[in-house]
Amino acid sequence: MANILGNYKQVISARTTDREILRGSQDGGIVTALFAYALENNIIDGAIVAGAGDLPWKPEPIIAQTREELLAARKTKYTLSPNLQLLKEATRSYGLDRIGIVGTPCQMQAVRKAQLYPVGMRDVPDKIALAIGIFCMENFPYQSLVQLVEDHTNQKMEAVKKMEIGKGKFSVYTERGALAQIPLKVTHKYEQPGCHVCLDYVANLGDISTGSVGSPDGWSTVFVRSKQGESVWSKAVAAGWFETKPMDQVKPGLDLVNKLATEKITKNQNYLIARGSYGVGKGLRNPYL
Amino acid sequence: MANKITVGHVHMSGCTGCLVSLADTYEGLFKILDDYADLVYGLTLADVRKIPEMDIALVEGGVCLQDHESVEDIKTTRQKAKIVVALGGCASYGNILRFARGGQQNQPQHESYVPIGELIDVDVMIPGCAPTPQQIRNVVVMAYLLLKGTDDQKALAAKYLKPMMDLAKGSKEACFCDLMYDVINQGLCMGCGSCAAACPVRAITMEFGKPNGQRDLCIKCGACYAQCPRSFLDAALLEQYEPITELIQGAMATK
Ligand SMILES: Cc1cc2nc3c(=O)[nH]c(=O)nc-3n(C[C@H](O)[C@H](O)[C@H](O)COP(=O)(O)OP(=O)(O)OC[C@H]3O[C@@H](n4cnc5c(N)ncnc54)[C@H](O)[C@@H]3O)c2cc1C
Ligand code: SF4
Ligand code: SF4
Ligand code: SF4
Repeated sequence: MANILGNYKQVISARTTDREILRGSQDGGIVTALFAYALENNIIDGAIVAGAGDLPWKPEPIIAQTREELLAARKTKYTLSPNLQLLKEATRSYGLDRIGIVGTPCQMQAVRKAQLYPVGMRDVPDKIALAIGIFCMENFPYQSLVQLVEDHTNQKMEAVKKMEIGKGKFSVYTERGALAQIPLKVTHKYEQPGCHVCLDYVANLGDISTGSVGSPDGWSTVFVRSKQGESVWSKAVAAGWFETKPMDQVKPGLDLVNKLATEKITKNQNYLIARGSYGVGKGLRNPYL
Repeated sequence: MANKITVGHVHMSGCTGCLVSLADTYEGLFKILDDYADLVYGLTLADVRKIPEMDIALVEGGVCLQDHESVEDIKTTRQKAKIVVALGGCASYGNILRFARGGQQNQPQHESYVPIGELIDVDVMIPGCAPTPQQIRNVVVMAYLLLKGTDDQKALAAKYLKPMMDLAKGSKEACFCDLMYDVINQGLCMGCGSCAAACPVRAITMEFGKPNGQRDLCIKCGACYAQCPRSFLDAALLEQYEPITELIQGAMATK
């Protein structure tokens, strides 16, 4: 299992210095601040993010073209936001020449596939200007999320201020200041099945990828991966948008990232093998062959 | 450049949209014709009547079974071309031609159209309606490297083209159903939305994060399935997206 953390030029712990962004972000506000910086400095014309949908905590992909729209789409929604859906639309109806997009590791794979094999992605390949990956262990169908929040933690979806997965727990913070938690193992059976064949934890194919794991609360772990990622990151840091700490000086550090990535990938690789002989003399399809 | 490959555009029953896509690479087309390929056959483009020997035949459109000339042409194409590429949904899968029932002037009896794979072996398939200029560009560059590149480039090109060769060996039908059968029903869909973006007729909407296909709208072009990251995905190749992109851009760079 070579390269479970993917190729990267540097990994650091960071958070944005923009207090307004940080206050409403999931972790260190890396995603929103990077897009805001890129928008302000004409690196992107807009970014595909998980905006508000028709039900509480049900995201709808949107193309944010202002700082306000970016800010309104902050925080992790632990359910599917099919951000790729807007990738071609961004170049057409919205006329973007330089697209930003955030997504889970599988969505970063989809972005790169769209660039190398743009079968139905006319004019997309050369217009991806900044693809930011977010770490991801698993995702949930919306109805699973409702069941977890309303049945297991006894909170109303519309009363939730923030959801968080970490330290072995699924945590729900409400607007009125309550914190309800359930052990992560309760959540496993509600995961979306497609996640069980997923072999990427830290979004190996993002220009930059980020997540909370490895860094202290309120900070993010940031992998700077591609040339484009390096260019945007170094300029944003130089412009004072982020404070950073070397990864080996923060706790719990990269070892935890490595451990979780190894666990996820090993488990899912075993499942892929098991799928190969799921029936009697018959197997289920392996998407990577 | 001496080391050019020879390419022909063979026009079966199609709308010329595929050819327009090829031309839509703009200066890319000139670059291809200047440096990599001689166009040895193509209606209105090359003044050649009989299908000649060529390295690559890009075939657009399906074959009308009632049009014997077309049937002969596709057979000749197979005999004369080293690599036959089904360019676009019609050549690959029948696409909208599947819905033809005849009755049109001035050949009302022309009603049966099949993808070229029903009559000949196809080497590479480029699904989509129309196939995108960038997908055509990538295949042309890779096909050139496969025939004329260094050993490393040959290996890379073979890896790149493999899934499109596998598509050519696979089913000759395409439908939103492919996603149902081979992705969603197999427990593989993770709701990325690529399929919805790829569909040229907006037959796919995302409902609660999963694709819903309006099968009456589907024209059977094959783009959704081929675009889906859970249809084929060579992770090692994808990891090289940066150098591969640079390679393709370098190959297409005009001075
Ligand atoms: C399903 C899921 C599982 C995750 N699992 C882990 C994990 O195991 N370990 C870990 O360290 N981090 C995980 N993360 C990432 C983490 O929760 C934060 O999203 C990440 O650290 C970014 O925080 P931020 O403060 O930089 O972003 P913010 O500034 O808060 O911005 C977050 C951005 O992500 C977008 N977004 C939110 N939800 C989704 C979604 N469902 N799909 C696509 N885009 C979305 C938002 O629109 C926004 O643009 C997960 C995220 C998701 C969506
Ligand atoms: S676990 Fe993998 S497949 Fe599931 S949402 Fe996360 S990145 Fe996508
Ligand atoms: S659903 Fe759309 S993309 Fe898929 S085969 Fe039908 S027309 Fe093509
Ligand atoms: S492209 Fe594939 S994985 Fe993505 S939503 Fe469509 S069917 Fe699901």
